Amino acid sequence: MNDAMMSTDEQPLLVAQDLARYFDVSPPWLNRVIEGQPRQILRAVDGVDFAIRRGETLSLVGESGCGKSTVARLIVGLYQPTRGSIMFEGVDLATLRTRAQAAPIRRRFQMIFQDPYASLNPRWRVADIIAEPIRTHRLMTDRAAIRRRVDELLRQVGLSPSDGEKYPHEFSGGQRQRISIARALSSKPDFLVCDEPTSALDVSVQAQILNLMKDLQRELGLTYLFISHNLAVVYHISDRVGVMYLGRLVELADVEELFARPQHPYTRMLLDAIPDLEMTGRPRTPVAGEVPNPINPPAGCAFHPRCPWANERCTRERPEMKPAPNGALVACHAVEERRLPPARAVPPGSPI
Amino acid sequence: MARPPANHPLLEVRDLRVEFPTRRGTLVAVDGVSFHIDPGEVLGVVGESGAGKSLTGAAIIGLLEPPGRIAGGEIRFDGRRIDNLPYEQMRRLRGKEIGAVFQDPLTSLNPLYTIGRQLTETILTHLDVTPAEARERAIRLLQDVGIPGAERRIDHYPHQFSGGMRQRVVIALALCANPRLVIADEPTTALDVSIQAQIITLLKRLCREHGTAVMLVTHDMGVIAETADRVAVMYAGRIAEIGPVRDVIKTPKHPYTIGLMGSIPKIDRREARLAQIDGAMPRLNAIPPGCAFHPRCPKAFDRCRVERPDPIHVDRSHVACWLYDRDDVRVGAVVDE
Repeated sequence: MNDAMMSTDEQPLLVAQDLARYFDVSPPWLNRVIEGQPRQILRAVDGVDFAIRRGETLSLVGESGCGKSTVARLIVGLYQPTRGSIMFEGVDLATLRTRAQAAPIRRRFQMIFQDPYASLNPRWRVADIIAEPIRTHRLMTDRAAIRRRVDELLRQVGLSPSDGEKYPHEFSGGQRQRISIARALSSKPDFLVCDEPTSALDVSVQAQILNLMKDLQRELGLTYLFISHNLAVVYHISDRVGVMYLGRLVELADVEELFARPQHPYTRMLLDAIPDLEMTGRPRTPVAGEVPNPINPPAGCAFHPRCPWANERCTRERPEMKPAPNGALVACHAVEERRLPPARAVPPGSPI
Repeated sequence: MARPPANHPLLEVRDLRVEFPTRRGTLVAVDGVSFHIDPGEVLGVVGESGAGKSLTGAAIIGLLEPPGRIAGGEIRFDGRRIDNLPYEQMRRLRGKEIGAVFQDPLTSLNPLYTIGRQLTETILTHLDVTPAEARERAIRLLQDVGIPGAERRIDHYPHQFSGGMRQRVVIALALCANPRLVIADEPTTALDVSIQAQIITLLKRLCREHGTAVMLVTHDMGVIAETADRVAVMYAGRIAEIGPVRDVIKTPKHPYTIGLMGSIPKIDRREARLAQIDGAMPRLNAIPPGCAFHPRCPKAFDRCRVERPDPIHVDRSHVACWLYDRDDVRVGAVVDE
């Protein structure tokens, strides 16, 4: 897969191939029978391919309903894929049927959730919350050793060992997210899936958490899959970025390339919609339309109703991910046919 | 449609204080806040959660939820005091003179009524028109805010609209009696970035066309940069810095604003680390003496720990920071802990 992006001899840490997850959102059986309503299938993720190299940060970005969080949940095993596979160091996760087989690999994945208020058990002390993965995976049994490890983790995320005796409600949102990170790190994982870890936080606290995540990545050699809707955060934290739209990847590129020369019309539109903090007064292309209903996505390229460059082929044939001249992978007929004007760098706002 | 400029500001808030009496003592959520908004002007109010920005907005339109109450100061609208108006008079003012747009469009709309009924009802309450004229006006408003097929959509219920469309309906509702001031509290926070851009553009265009002033409350500096003329940065219930938007964003003066601007990830340059302000905003029951920011401030000195700064005139801004006190020439001097 993705030879264009995988320029190395090294085996990627994680490979997702044709990953898909459908949800049955049909009305109840009685309504289907009496009112003659059909079954409805929501294709939350519909055939996504990517690879994550060891030590890098791959971000998935997109608007609500694009399937980015579903991908995160598929990777950590909270959902089973409808189709496709996830390989971790060459091992297909679907083949791990028993707990004994799965546990050693599952230990190496952890997840950080968006809402630091909902993801910590309010009735547990922080030390117990952080020690839970250690106990679940039986990594240590000696209570004093566990305690020492928890103290070390608390210090690592910028809290003090005495905080272990407290309950989650005694902490602010940013401190709770630090606790979530300490819990995720306690089983010594290689790979963290971070689902919007800073979107519930204020911007100054967000900066603290992003800096902490970068420091930990450097110290511990962590690999991140980072899910976010905030392009500025994604730009700051990522090595590579995948842009999702209605359950599919539309563009996958190195971060500098994606922001300097966005290819897919949707990526261009997203970048153009970022509020301009530099106040260059750059003209904005008016953004048209909204994300369509994923239960009944448009035929062909799902973006064609909003795309200024769509033609008849786009309404009919679904584009596949193909390498663009700049090395990015792009699913767009217009890019492939070179019908698009050259991408412009978003700041400093030079006209096209 | 712009009205002739008056010689007094449209809205004037002086020394506003909002308190919450609790069993463990009184919490002061907004403390000595003063600012004004001129006719047709967009004032951004920015701050992190708990800074008191939404409460300031709620106090102005008289929608503070008990036990919260205005405990001091005054609010003048068009020269007339409105913070002590009886409920009925305030209700008439709200909607007619001051419109409101809130974060969550679903809670601002009644799910049991069609949007047409909600719009015409508001128009009939505030304007002297016939029901047929009100409906016509409602359709025109819906077209104005960019809802396709307005003649048909007017008879739909809120749940039949998407989030972005609902927020457009709420904006139409806020503007339907031609108010002179709109208080928009996080109007785009619940929306996706592409929809956010549409709503900001819409709000800007409508207010320019109607000459409406806006108090835009948000935590998002980007939205402020795109929309506001002036901006007030709030911290722990007080205004830390207020001034023209370009000055505040490009050359922030208060150490909190400097830290806040540095902590925003930007898309024009990639930095290894973001500037960060250590610690968190104090809780209302533990606001430090002196300047509330001093425990987190890299430039704090003795005076900051005991004496509370009031806004000081610096260039075109007002900054509540002792670094800029002329009697105490310390501008630029870094006094490390």
